Amino acid sequence: MKLLNYTTTYFAGILLVLISVWAIVFYYAMFEEIYDSIDDGLDNRKMVLIALANKDLPLMDKPQLDEYLYTIEPVDYNNYRGFRDIYKDTLMYMVNEEEFEPVRMLKSIFKKNNDFYKITVVTSMIEEDDQIRNLLKYTILLYLALIISILLLNKFFLRKVWKPFYKLIDQLKVYRLERNETIRYRETNIEEFALLNESIEKLLQKTRQSYSDQKQFIENASHELQTPLAIAINKLELLFEDDTLTDSQAKQLQHVLENLERLTRLNRSLLLISKIENDQFPLREEVDLQRVIEKIISDYSDMAAHKNMNIGFVAERTVKTINPDLTYILFSNLIKNAISHGKSGSTISLRLTDYEFLISNNSTMGPLQDKAIFERFQKMGANTTSTGLGLSIAKSIAEQFGFTLKYHFENGLHTFTLRFI
Amino acid sequence: MKILIVEDEPQMLENMVKNLEAEGYVVESATNFAQALNRIGVYEYDCILLDINLPDGNGLELLKIIKKKGLGDGVIIVSARDSLDDKLQGLDLGADDYLPKPFHIAELRARVKAVLRRRNFEGQEELRYGNVAINISNRTLFIDKEEVELNRKEYDVLLYLASNKDRLVSKTALAEHVWGDNIDQADSFDFIYSQIKNLRKKLDSHKAEIEIKAVYGIGYKLQNK
Repeated sequence: MKLLNYTTTYFAGILLVLISVWAIVFYYAMFEEIYDSIDDGLDNRKMVLIALANKDLPLMDKPQLDEYLYTIEPVDYNNYRGFRDIYKDTLMYMVNEEEFEPVRMLKSIFKKNNDFYKITVVTSMIEEDDQIRNLLKYTILLYLALIISILLLNKFFLRKVWKPFYKLIDQLKVYRLERNETIRYRETNIEEFALLNESIEKLLQKTRQSYSDQKQFIENASHELQTPLAIAINKLELLFEDDTLTDSQAKQLQHVLENLERLTRLNRSLLLISKIENDQFPLREEVDLQRVIEKIISDYSDMAAHKNMNIGFVAERTVKTINPDLTYILFSNLIKNAISHGKSGSTISLRLTDYEFLISNNSTMGPLQDKAIFERFQKMGANTTSTGLGLSIAKSIAEQFGFTLKYHFENGLHTFTLRFI
Repeated sequence: MKILIVEDEPQMLENMVKNLEAEGYVVESATNFAQALNRIGVYEYDCILLDINLPDGNGLELLKIIKKKGLGDGVIIVSARDSLDDKLQGLDLGADDYLPKPFHIAELRARVKAVLRRRNFEGQEELRYGNVAINISNRTLFIDKEEVELNRKEYDVLLYLASNKDRLVSKTALAEHVWGDNIDQADSFDFIYSQIKNLRKKLDSHKAEIEIKAVYGIGYKLQNK
């Protein structure tokens, strides 16, 4: 549940209780005020009428409650000893509404010339049931109005207030460290959001820094390893020109040289991967994939011929705007992989369309671990000269280009699919 | 032939000097920018091997100075394999070739020889070993004045071995030179053998006075019979 809806729900609940209590309190307070005011009016009319009756004796006996809405009649004082004024609600037939309506009545006793009279004054009252209904109606309306205004407030105002937050979240959701993206923060006057922006920026900076340090370290390490490796290899190459070497010495040195060369290959591949990941191949140009692949096939034809392999290539003209050097490496790694792991004497088939590139080869090996094959240093079989980085490099390049590289195995055929989406 | 090597890594420099001296060149060296500047101010060289990354300056600046002075020196830029910019800039500034570091000794010799050849023969380049003549401008091979058909790779292998005559060329160096840099990822260089075999057959059948000899199983050597 969104924070907004969450608070709104609580708010609605609290408002419901609050407004109900308020309605009841208001109801009683209002009625008390109304009764107070009506009773004051009745009392006043009583005093005016008594004063009037004192001057006008015929008024002293008016038992009918006529249009003047009062009665005065003589009473026996004994019955009314200690009588105090009574205010009460009662019903009276109203001609206009054709029903009994509530009225307020004041009964009082007054004395004139040793005679006691009872006076009753009536005044119309507000209708309590109508009043309650009205109050309920308006209370509900008020409640709804409040809820709606809260929702509108959320929708337009609070949403606007929260915008920096959601913008930030949206960016963080798709954030990829390896792309070295920057987050754009929205200007905000809200302290919490400013704090959030600041903290995220700090966190990202640190993360970015350590990520790039790490990449830089690999790159620098491989770069620095190049020279000593080259020197060692050169010295060995010079040593081999010494004709006095015995065969067994030469054999030992040959192993040293082979391992140094393998180390060089490994190092070069690592350097390449880190350079790809460090985005150091910024050049993009139109590359005719069909021609690139044909060139690679011809470059590797000797390798394939050595294993008695055929390479079948079916292609549509396909042009992509990508880095030419990486393109060559990507396809040559895939093709070389197929040649070196393919069965001798089998056929490697390649198919290129505008949508994808497929390469499949037969192999004596069963299906390979789908995910693991793209991992660094994942070697197939007991091949000791392979760096185990070829497919990992291919994968890195594919990702760099926004392509997807997948592997699947069917009927003894290992197939790599490169999809140019 | 006088060669200047500008290189700050002492052991690397030592390897290069030893090697080129063994080829019979007069080799001088400089280990920093100032020294190199001094040398080119005084002497003229047939070929200068120029490292880009020097402790006290950029080799490309030296190249600019050499070209501005109109010196006829052939220049080979030497720089880390991964600095593509250096290569483009260097060639733009008039360098004759670009040698990525690290390199095989055989590659160094072949590059130096190619630059010297180009400068000295002005187009009509030919390598002669007894009855064998390799015409570099036409990429053809003549044995006893009779043309021998070679495919592209066979020719490249032969020329590379010839540029390193009597010296060992390792299979890796050969593969990288002929099949391209990316071949270095290849798991084995056994496929080279079939090219060598074909080449040997052609040399033998035409009674060439040179032969390709396998050395300790790590490479090959072109030598007189």
